[in-house]
Order: sequence, then C-alpha cells, then structure tokens
Amino acid sequence: MATSTPTRPSATPPPPAADAARAEARRRLRSRLWRLDDKASPYAYIAPFFLVFAAFGLYPLLYTGWIALHRVELTGLDQSTWIGLDNFQRVLGDGEFWDAVANTFVIGVISTVPQLLVALGLAHLLNYRLRASTFWRTVILTPYATSVATAALVFALVFRPDGGLLNYLLHFVGLGDTNWANGHWTSKIAISVIVIWRWTGYNALIYLAAMQAVPADLYEAASIDGASRWQQFRKVTIPSLRPTILFTIVISTIGSMQLFGEPLLLEGGTLGATGGSEHQYETLSIYLYNYGWKLGHLGPAAAVAWSMLALLLLIALIQWLIGRFLRKSAG
Amino acid sequence: MTTTTPTPSVLAAADPAAPGPQTSGRRRFRIGAGEQLRGGPFTYLALAVVGVLSVFPLYWTLVAASHDQQRVLDSPPPFLPGGRLWHNLQAAWEQASLGKALVNTLIVAGCITAATLFFCTLAGYAFAKLRFRGRGVLMTAVIATLTIPPQLSVVPLFMIMSDIGWGGKLPSVIFPTLVSAFGVFFMRQYLIEALPYELIEAAKVDGANNLRVVRSVVLPAARPAMMVLGMLTFVQAWNDFFWPFLALNQSNPTVQVALGQLSASYTPDQSIVMAGALISTLPLIVVFIVFGKQIVGGIMAGAVKG
Repeated sequence: MATSTPTRPSATPPPPAADAARAEARRRLRSRLWRLDDKASPYAYIAPFFLVFAAFGLYPLLYTGWIALHRVELTGLDQSTWIGLDNFQRVLGDGEFWDAVANTFVIGVISTVPQLLVALGLAHLLNYRLRASTFWRTVILTPYATSVATAALVFALVFRPDGGLLNYLLHFVGLGDTNWANGHWTSKIAISVIVIWRWTGYNALIYLAAMQAVPADLYEAASIDGASRWQQFRKVTIPSLRPTILFTIVISTIGSMQLFGEPLLLEGGTLGATGGSEHQYETLSIYLYNYGWKLGHLGPAAAVAWSMLALLLLIALIQWLIGRFLRKSAG
Repeated sequence: MTTTTPTPSVLAAADPAAPGPQTSGRRRFRIGAGEQLRGGPFTYLALAVVGVLSVFPLYWTLVAASHDQQRVLDSPPPFLPGGRLWHNLQAAWEQASLGKALVNTLIVAGCITAATLFFCTLAGYAFAKLRFRGRGVLMTAVIATLTIPPQLSVVPLFMIMSDIGWGGKLPSVIFPTLVSAFGVFFMRQYLIEALPYELIEAAKVDGANNLRVVRSVVLPAARPAMMVLGMLTFVQAWNDFFWPFLALNQSNPTVQVALGQLSASYTPDQSIVMAGALISTLPLIVVFIVFGKQIVGGIMAGAVKG
C-alpha cells in the first residue's frame, strides 16, 4: 500500500503552467469524489441490513395487518376479500386463543425464572478460579449446539408415560406413572425442561461475562467494610449485573413468545399440531400454525400474529414500568 | 509518508494474536474477585452435575439410536449403546432422505453465514468507526429489530415467497436471514476496540478510498471476530426450525424439517427417529468440539456490553 501514492491528491507532481487549470479541475473533481465516498460509504455499508429488514421483516409485518383484515386461504393465496375485523373477532372470541395466551405465559414464566436463577448461580461458580475452566464452559454450552428438533424428540422419549426414562428414575423415589404430556401442569413443565436445558448454559455465559467486567475494587471495598461473600454477591454482583439481567429477561421473554418446536414435537403428529388433546400445551405459535397451515385460514393466523405484537408491546410496557419502579426504589 | 503506512507490525497489533474483548475480559478477571477464591469440591461437584445433565440427553440420543424400538420403549430403558446403530442410521437416512436434507442445510447455512459475515462486518465497521448523520438512531433501530419475533411476519412472507416463485425452495429460507442485527451489533462492539483510528487514518493518508480501507485494514482486524460470528451464525442457521418448517416441504427439506417430518409420520419408529436426530446433530457437535472454546468466547464477548 505504500506504493499507492498516485491516488493521493497532494502527491500529484507539480503540473506545467499550461496544464495547471486542467489539473486544478481534476483535483477538485477528485476531492469531490473523495468527499462523496466519505459521505456515502457508511450508508452503503449499513444499507444491506436495512434493505433485508425492510423486505423480509418490516414490509411483511405491515402486510400481516392487511391480511388480518381479509379472508385469505392457504389453498388460494392470490385471492383475498375484505372482511374487516371478522378475523380478530373470530380469534379473540375463541377460548382456545386465550388458553394459548395463558399457556405461553405460564410456560414462559416457569421456564424463564428457574433458568435465569440457575444461570446466575452457575455463572457464580464458573467465576471461581477453576481447573479446566474452558472445558466446563464448553460442556454447559453443548445444549446450545443442539437443535430444537433433536432436543424435543429426545425429551419426548424421556417424558414418555410407559418406559420413559424419567418415570423409571422417579419410581425409585416412589413417584412415577405420570403421563407428562397429558397433564395440564406436567406438560408445561416438560416443555419448560426442554427450554431450560437448551438455554441455561448460554445465559450462564452471558452472566459470567458481565461478572468478569465488575471492577475488583468494588469487592475490595466491600470486604474492607466487612461484607461476607453472600453480602458481596447480593450488594455488589447483582446490582452490577442489573443491565445484563434485564437484557436476559427481555431476550428470554421474546424467546418464550416464540415456543414452537418444543410443543410441536413433544407428542408429534396431530396432537403436537394442536398442542395436546386438550390444547393443554398449545402455545401462541402453535395456535398460529394450526390456524394458518393445518386449517388453512391465513387471515385469522395473521390476526393472531398482530395480537402477539400487541401482547409483546404490553409486556414491554410492563417490563419498562417495573424497571423504572425498581430504579426509583433503589434510590 | 512511508512512516504512516500501516506496516505489517502495526497491523499485527489489531490482529488475531490480540483479540480485543476476550482478553480484556480475562485480564479484568485476573485482578477480579475470582482471584481470591478457588473453586472448592462443592463447585466441582455442582459443575459436574450440571455437566452431566447437559451432555446426557445427547448421549441418550446415541443410546436410543443404537437399539430397536422395542428395547427403547421398554422399562427399564437402555443406558448403554446397543448393536443396531448402523441399521438405524441407514433406515433414517433412507426414510427421511437425509442425504438431500444435509446438502440443503449445508447450502442454506453456508450462504447465510457467508452473507452475514460480509454484510455485518461492513455495517459493524460503519457503526463503529465512521461518522455519519443518524448513526445513533440507526444503531438503535438495528437493535430494536432484535425484539421482533419471526412469527409476526410469516403469513405474508409465505405468500410473498409463493408469489415470486420461491415457495418451497431454498432461497425462501436463505434471503430473510442474509444479515442479522446481532451480527451487526457484535462486529461493531469488536471493531470499536480492535480497530484503532490511526490505522484507518494512515491508510487514508496513503490515498486509500473507503473500499480499499475495508479490504486492507478493516477485514484483517475483524478476522478473529468474523470467525466467531461465522460459527455462531452457522449453528443458528443449521438449527433453525420455525420458518424452514413452514416454508419448505417434504420433498426439499433441511435436516431439521426432515427430522420433524420423520417423527410426525403415522407410526414413527423411535429408534430410527433418534438415529435421524443423531445424523442431524452430529455435524454441529463436531464443529462444537473443534471450535467450542471460540464459540464460548464469542458468546461472552458479544454479551459483555449487551
């Protein structure tokens, strides 16, 4: 690159007087191009993201709203008739939809809360000086490399009522014979276990990274003040991790809104596609899939999608309010 | 003038040997609270328990894939591998046309990874080091898109894809994920530290235009992070289920879709389903064993400032 001097404006050799005007013009053009390059390049570099997002994210999102107001069938994708709010009426007036909302919420809570708590404890352990620390980190992350499909199918076998691994192990402690997928609570627990299994290690690593960024002098000051290990964890570690914890809560919430593969494959076949014989583990995504692709009514499916958007905004608002409240009460 | 040229030694300062976020994280760790406390027996015990729980389901996939269905469903279930592995792998391979599915998945994950690396590095560089109007707002917009679940747009996406003739074809799965918000954010975080302004300035003084700067300064500096982002993206693309499941059909699936279909057949043989699960997971497990350390480091580096 040291040899690329010719393009450098100031390095142009001094021109003869006759060519001075032309050289001056060329110099000006070049510096204008240079400035254009400087001004336009950043936008050119970020454009692909926004183009892809506009085409495959934002436009479909708005289009969903339009479809939600029309009758569109899977069998005739090019035909649509305006029916106003009928789809929304149909969906919101359907008890199954509200069951799906409740199921999604319950599964979300019982998978997110234990997951993040365990991840926090796990990160704390990993933050000690350990032999083979990389080995431990990699091992707890293996579930992350496992697909939803594989995880759900293995756990489906583990949770089988007869001959399932879990019931077999439970009979040693006098439990067992639970029909996990059939029960209202047990099926939700089973799905949560799959979610917790896949994501705890991932979240633990995120917490670990944040813990390692906590300045050491905070701990020194705390121990000089006579704070115990537990007090240090509560008064130094947790407050320092607050933004990270908030981040993981938001990410997990969004993730639990999307649960699809786990319930679909827990029992497979038609039961999976309807979220169980009594829809006991039907999530919103399953409900949407069922309406759109099993029953073939894309209009109501789109109405479900927009209802999910409304729910997400509501949750975001609540989380924001709670965050504000916590910050205020923390002083 | 030659003194301001980014000589190889200057470049090396921002190059693979000295990755930014990871090492700085570890340095803080050395002087951090972890220093005083070594893990005791309880720590190792707890980690061992979590470790076994993490790996066991995968081990049991192998066990179940190596017996016949009768034995898999028996009580007590098998805990050690049996002798039917090869038979089941062959059966799964044929029943779910996993050969084609594997090729499809490789194409999809490969294209997505290559495109994501290219576009995210460029965008990450722009957000990290270039000044332009609206930078802050646009970066916030990028992060905000992370919170939009794909469920919200699949219905029209399905219609659009069928409209433009991509229905059931691989481009319908590739194009929506060509560039990711996470990737842009990840590269930005990395390049803020790993790419000194002096290097860019030096290249510009030498007369390099922006594209040239990208090629000779940004890409070399970004390489370690690109490796990590590439692996994270590949893992994600390989494992993606929801949209491929809707967009692709039986005759042209990715491995995850094929696996879902295999288990949804009328009387699925569980040992064969598990063999299919094994085939679809094995390539990633290999990637993970080889690059596990970098993937771990990448997740932690991407999270630090999240």
